[in-house]
Amino acid sequence: MKNRIDNQKWYVDNFNLFKSSNKNVFSTLSNKAIEKFKTLEFPTKKDEEWKYININPLLKNNFLPSSLSANSSVNLETIEEYTLDNLDVYRFVFVNGIFNSELSTGLDFGKDIIAGSLSNLLNKNDTRLEKLFDIKNKLQKDNNIFNLLNTAFLHDGFLLYLPKGTIIDKPFHVINISTGNNKLLNQPHNLIHLESNSKAEIIFEYVSEKATEHFTNIVTEISVDENANLNVYKIQNESPNAFHIENSNILQKNSSVVKHFSLSFGALITRNNINAELDGENVENNLYGLYLGNKNQQIDNHTFIEHIKPNSNSNELYKGILDDDAKGIFSGKILVQKEAQKTNAFQSNKSVLLSNKAISDSKPQLEIYADDVKCSHGATVGKLDQEALFYIRSRGVPLELARSMLIRAFIDDVVKEISIEQLREKINHTIFQHLKRVEF
Amino acid sequence: MIKIKNLHANVEGTEILKGINLTVNRGEVHAIMGPNGSGKSTLANVLAGHSAYEVTEGEIIFDGKNIIEMEPDERAREGLFLAFQYPIEIPGVSNSIFLRTALDEIRKHKGEPELTPKEFLSLLKEKAQILGMDTSLINRALNQGFSGGEKKRNEILQLLMLNPKLAILDETDSGLDIDALRIVSEGVNAYKSKDNAVIVVTHYQRLLDYIVPDFVHVLYKGRIVKSGTKDLALELEERGYDWIIKEQPETV
Repeated sequence: MKNRIDNQKWYVDNFNLFKSSNKNVFSTLSNKAIEKFKTLEFPTKKDEEWKYININPLLKNNFLPSSLSANSSVNLETIEEYTLDNLDVYRFVFVNGIFNSELSTGLDFGKDIIAGSLSNLLNKNDTRLEKLFDIKNKLQKDNNIFNLLNTAFLHDGFLLYLPKGTIIDKPFHVINISTGNNKLLNQPHNLIHLESNSKAEIIFEYVSEKATEHFTNIVTEISVDENANLNVYKIQNESPNAFHIENSNILQKNSSVVKHFSLSFGALITRNNINAELDGENVENNLYGLYLGNKNQQIDNHTFIEHIKPNSNSNELYKGILDDDAKGIFSGKILVQKEAQKTNAFQSNKSVLLSNKAISDSKPQLEIYADDVKCSHGATVGKLDQEALFYIRSRGVPLELARSMLIRAFIDDVVKEISIEQLREKINHTIFQHLKRVEF
Repeated sequence: MIKIKNLHANVEGTEILKGINLTVNRGEVHAIMGPNGSGKSTLANVLAGHSAYEVTEGEIIFDGKNIIEMEPDERAREGLFLAFQYPIEIPGVSNSIFLRTALDEIRKHKGEPELTPKEFLSLLKEKAQILGMDTSLINRALNQGFSGGEKKRNEILQLLMLNPKLAILDETDSGLDIDALRIVSEGVNAYKSKDNAVIVVTHYQRLLDYIVPDFVHVLYKGRIVKSGTKDLALELEERGYDWIIKEQPETV
């Protein structure tokens, strides 16, 4: 208990240091956030939403907000390790949550498109920001203490604004790297707004340079207007000692299509919250998740999908592979409002336990107020199919390779949805590396 | 090729095989027949090394080596092949990648170089042609959504590709119509040579019209109770198993 209070006080004290150097259009928002932050407490296992995960190891530490620490950089070679072979991208690199233009490429867009660093635009006092991202109304409903912590120290993040009808020809690859410094708090604040009929793909990659203990606390706000199309691939492959939390909000209008992937490999504790508000008809929302845990990793995925208007589809598929003492948690809520007739909502969470000590908790919830809907959810937990394993081995394939094949088979329905081939390859590679299995 | 001596095996503590003796030489085809529940499939699975079966007594000498302690994949690399009665569907692993991986492992074991992708493909095409298999099946996920006949054909394709020393066919005829039966048998006959051997496990005689056995054995209650030539199979077809069962002394 004492830890928690000290920890909270630490951040409030640091805010006072941060505030003095911070004079931008977002400072009102920051102030609002810290005031709200003070009135809340960090969650415990008694909170329904945090029941299955133990975040005490996170709260024991006082992390220094990176905007208050000395600037760090990384080598270009380090960044190039993360590039995808033969894939042309717009690359944006953030080091400890702060944009680094030297490591980034292809930053030149027409004047109507905004793509890049939030901080750069804040400094330019670009008046469009407030309007485009509806800053005034932010935080009104927000009671998430981690979201407030991020917003209080709001400083930088990836910004994307596409005006009507803008089609972006290649993916944005946003690399967030944490450097060797211990106990840093990196808080990217990503804002994405696609106007009607526009289209983009974003790869968010979160990595660490070394096996340090750091805390990445992200807020990502996504707004997709009529008939716009967005793919988001979030890859979290941070230090095995890192703490990683992301709160994503997705707002979708009529006939928009969003595909969102949460691919979690690294970090000691991972918590991904996704809130999707389907505020339109014929909306399509697809949430895919893949999480791999070994040792004593905890990976917690929370999704909340609200169907507000009729005729929309949501589809969720989360798959976990858990080895050693790892714990995987999935909590998915689907809320169908009274007006949202003809909703189709599907949710599935499947996990495979590779050890007797690994744990999987799954909590699906449906709350339906409309009477003409199709909703379903399902959760399964199991081991690798022994008969299938025997079948593969009976053809001469050694045990480890046979297991790898079955793991590949298990996750295939998520991986095959990744539409960028090079990314698919990379994910397959990461999976085998992470599970210490062999590739074939 | 394979010498099975006094083989006893349990499933979940129940003894299913109660002392099997069988010798199969190079170039021979042996049929194992018998009523349901006699232990035919158990024998096939025990030979392949399925972990659900526990060998409690006896020896399996395969090509000079006792394979009882060997893992299923080791046995396969040594040249033993089981065509499954119920081939497993594995979504997400393509048929050709699976075959490629298996073939590479077996070749590696034999000290042979891996095939180039081109060599592999031409071999695959050649073998698929024997079975009249559409190449689209080869690129699909392993057995996923295959019909019963397609699955059995796929087993024989694997047999032809891996070219083992000993092929054990576990009820390969079950669920096949007469045309499919003929094609699958042609595949097995294409595989057969004076250097390898085949054990055909079947309930019915009809498969043996196509894959002609040198010896026929009747398995009953975990033992081979009668052996003969292919005429024995014909007799079984006509008279059923009852007359053999009646010849057996009552077991306690």
